[in-house]
Amino acid sequence: MSMEVNHQEYYAPFEAILAEYRGEPSQLIPLLQKLQGAYGYLPQDIIVRLSERTGIKVPEILGVATFYSQFRLTPMGKHVIKLCHGTACHVNGADNIGAALCDELGIGLDETTEDGLFTIETVACLGCCSLAPVMMVDGEVHGRLTQDKARKVIREIKKQEVSAQ
Amino acid sequence: MKVIVGLGSCGIAAGGMKVYDKLYELIENHPKLDVSLTSTGCMGMCFAEPLVEIQDDHGSAVYGLLDERSAAEVFRTHILQGSPLEKYIVKSETEQCADDSFFDKQVRIVLARCGAINPESIEDALSMEAYEGLRKALTKKPSEVVEEVLQSGLRGRGGAGFPTGLKWKFAMNSVADQKYIICNADEGDPGAFMDRSVLEGDPHSVIEGMIIGGYAIGASKGVIYARAEYPIAIKRLEIAIQQAKEYGYLGQNIFGSDFSFELSVMQGAGAFVCGEETALMASVEGQRGMPRIRPPFPAEKGLFGKPSNINNVETLANIGWILRKGAKEFAKYGTEKSKGTKVFALAGKIKRGGLVEVPIGMTIREVINEIGGGSSSGKPIKAVQLGGPSGGCIPAELFDTAIDYDTLAATGAIMGSGGMIVMDEENCMVDIARYFLDFTQKESCGKCTFCRVGTKRMLEILTRITEGKGVQGDIEKLEVLAEQVRKNSLCGLGQTAPNPVLTTLRYYRHEYEAHIQEQKCPSLQCRSLISYRIDPELCTGCTICARNCPVHCISGEVRKAHVINQDICTRCGTCKAVCRFGAVMVE
Repeated sequence: MSMEVNHQEYYAPFEAILAEYRGEPSQLIPLLQKLQGAYGYLPQDIIVRLSERTGIKVPEILGVATFYSQFRLTPMGKHVIKLCHGTACHVNGADNIGAALCDELGIGLDETTEDGLFTIETVACLGCCSLAPVMMVDGEVHGRLTQDKARKVIREIKKQEVSAQ
Repeated sequence: MKVIVGLGSCGIAAGGMKVYDKLYELIENHPKLDVSLTSTGCMGMCFAEPLVEIQDDHGSAVYGLLDERSAAEVFRTHILQGSPLEKYIVKSETEQCADDSFFDKQVRIVLARCGAINPESIEDALSMEAYEGLRKALTKKPSEVVEEVLQSGLRGRGGAGFPTGLKWKFAMNSVADQKYIICNADEGDPGAFMDRSVLEGDPHSVIEGMIIGGYAIGASKGVIYARAEYPIAIKRLEIAIQQAKEYGYLGQNIFGSDFSFELSVMQGAGAFVCGEETALMASVEGQRGMPRIRPPFPAEKGLFGKPSNINNVETLANIGWILRKGAKEFAKYGTEKSKGTKVFALAGKIKRGGLVEVPIGMTIREVINEIGGGSSSGKPIKAVQLGGPSGGCIPAELFDTAIDYDTLAATGAIMGSGGMIVMDEENCMVDIARYFLDFTQKESCGKCTFCRVGTKRMLEILTRITEGKGVQGDIEKLEVLAEQVRKNSLCGLGQTAPNPVLTTLRYYRHEYEAHIQEQKCPSLQCRSLISYRIDPELCTGCTICARNCPVHCISGEVRKAHVINQDICTRCGTCKAVCRFGAVMVE
């Protein structure tokens, strides 16, 4: 019984999003964007279900999902650090900021920590070039970074996570 | 009194929201004050964000680099007591300011309303003549509108510089039951933020341009393809579209004419290649964004197989102005073959980075020195990179080159979409070439072999050169590959991908040679080729470097010279950055 309820709850966002489908294949990208918004990534069962409901073949959906950098097939960390690698950030030492973040979290670029708390994602450009080097953590931009400043931002979140437990 | 906070992405990132909230709270606490608080998009002075403009009887004063504390100070002195607080003023109507030269040489057509209006208020935009161009356009025949744009000499601002009027003419002449006009707002060029700033600061200018374009070519539907990474721009566009509908500028029988037009926004999902028009259309259709062979050109067979016209954000933002003021007025600015102005995102090692709009034909030197205020690091400027991954580096010796599609192309760089990144002596040119190749190699859609594999091989060679593992013949191999990738790629991405390598080879071949033959990086940037050392004469033994080293490779006793263990050192440069005695040397 409870399995049944969970199942329904799990697919509720899927159903709500699919309700907007008008049978136009051009809706695929907006659909995937909304599904990722609801589930945090594109789980396999959601992709299969999407295929069943729209008639768009699974390989076709996966083709689109893997082509665009926005889509992910694995879950992200609770806190996503988008490290800007735009040209202005690059010439102002973004690599050093990346090294400090990796060292602080014990992971590589584009990886997620084992506890699932942090993901470092390198992005092409956040468009805040005059504040370079820049990173975005949970949607908030931190600019004019130094290694020290970047580490402090992470430590602050870690502290909040510990006190929340 | 009117208080305006700059809330473009840059402003928000620099803390503009906190300043806004602080001012809001202070103003709320003084109910008797006659002050209206509002927000605007990018004012251009990104280097001084967060910015607050105060307009009162004395005129306007812009405060820069504010935080909550200094904003409260400004509130007390200027807003409450009416006396401007000079120490934070960066621009003023009454006083001379240190940064005035930032604006002196600029001409604002595209950015006229950017930073002057609240982008979420159509009334604000209308008070500065938004949709006037549309009103005029609809009194003309479509062919007359196309002729006006043709006469203005406007060329595509996305980078390639194709005459906009001609593009419209082709689309106009195609016969079909449905046509589309598309706005390319997929600004993927790293280091460029012109389009984002226009969309955030004055979305109505782009919407107006699209409606006029739709009327001219006979399209009743428009799509704005915008980067998902620009959430604020998308939100403001959607608000602006809704307002334009309410005012009857979008929808049925616009201005009482027979012309009807609808507009939608589609969010891109992150693929640089979608800046190419046929790839962009594939993406709108819900497919992988891969370019296809032209002809047929989009003007005959574009989106959903129908005639389509694609223009870039900045191009469209010029249209309303041209129709309002006339082609002749527009053509007064610029050079013989390139008319009007160009917006640049000035960034990198520059003192006054920001969004600037200059008449075409101005020299690079004027933009960098007079508008940008020169180097931010104090070290001499070495080069400027124009056009991002498709462009090239122009050395300081050529800074008298006029900014114009054709003269820039002669240097090996391109006008590009408007990214202008300034680099100083500490920036290694081989590393810059490697940086861009890394970008294009990742973004190659994989359709053409030379782009897919060729860029990969070029990146491998560049990487090994920066690691000191370059071998004789590498430069020649790069040149051969560059030529093949350029010639054998279908779209602009591959055709221009070698440009950063070719221009740096043309002007900085000696840097490549130093890396290969002497295993040296003349700019002291490439990590594998440098080492950090502590000068025992200068080191005071303060231990700050040892405490900050992320890999703990610095040892030494308090008040005695410290030593770096070269085997462990990752050459991150932290020790040099934190040392207060200049004791850390790099060689």
